[in-house]
Amino acid sequence: MIAHTIFFYIFSIIAVISAIMVTASKNTVHSVFFLILDFISISCLFIMIGAEFLGMIMLIVYVGAVAVLFLFVVMMLNVAQQKNQWFISKSSSNHIPIGLVISALIFFELIIVIGGWKYKPDLQNSNNFTSSNEITNTHSLGQVLYTDYIHIFQISGMILLIAMIGAIVLTFRQREGVKTQSYIKQISRERSEGVEVLEVASRKGVKIDE
Amino acid sequence: MSEIGLGHYLTLGAVIFTIGIVGIFLNRKNIIVILMSIELILLAVNINLVSFSIFLGDLSGQIFTLFILTVAAAEAAIGLAIIVVYYRNSGTIRVEEIDELKG
Repeated sequence: MIAHTIFFYIFSIIAVISAIMVTASKNTVHSVFFLILDFISISCLFIMIGAEFLGMIMLIVYVGAVAVLFLFVVMMLNVAQQKNQWFISKSSSNHIPIGLVISALIFFELIIVIGGWKYKPDLQNSNNFTSSNEITNTHSLGQVLYTDYIHIFQISGMILLIAMIGAIVLTFRQREGVKTQSYIKQISRERSEGVEVLEVASRKGVKIDE
Repeated sequence: MSEIGLGHYLTLGAVIFTIGIVGIFLNRKNIIVILMSIELILLAVNINLVSFSIFLGDLSGQIFTLFILTVAAAEAAIGLAIIVVYYRNSGTIRVEEIDELKG
């Protein structure tokens, strides 16, 4: 149990510091790297407390897909080398104290809720999907996900499909002057427009380009 | 050292959530950092759901974390596509120069 405590503090301190660095670092590429570090430490926490399937899925989805997507966009838009100072403009910085006050209020509200939280004594008996020690976490998740939550699972697949179509439609553009292949034009070509048979007189030849 | 319980994980979630909120409020840079702050907020929600699910012995929290993961990935893809289109049209994604709506 002492190892659990030590590793919890190590991973959570790394997570909090890297979350601060995501918002505070001046270079956007550094922000993406700290975001990756944050996701990795949080997924280590998940694996540590017994949700190993979600920890691995977070590694795959966030670090492998989302963070790489962020890196591609940062690289493509050439914003990494902009010199960005904090509080650079006097006119638009008057909302910063209000933002700080609201953030502090949100934090203290959350802390109050956590400190005064107490659940019903019979809550443990009222749940439907208990996790047992005999089968693994992945096995029990699959037993619940493909039976009771199958419709929501398929709807989430549709959400991913719609997001993919939306991203393609948003960033697609038709350019002028680019030679592309037109399959319709190729297939619908007739013999009469492609080949012409000429009667060539002997020793005279023929002019093609008239 | 006290034993690590549910309260520790919820506190960690609250801290990361607040850092995400501060990152949205205090951002003077480009919009991509705001999207990353939204990812941090969703991560804090995931921490809360998974810790409740583990400490109460109910699997529903992990199922919902899977769906939040799906929606977060879709949101990141659409948001980055919108940012790419906006940068192509206007040449900047700095927060203080995006003022066409006069908001």
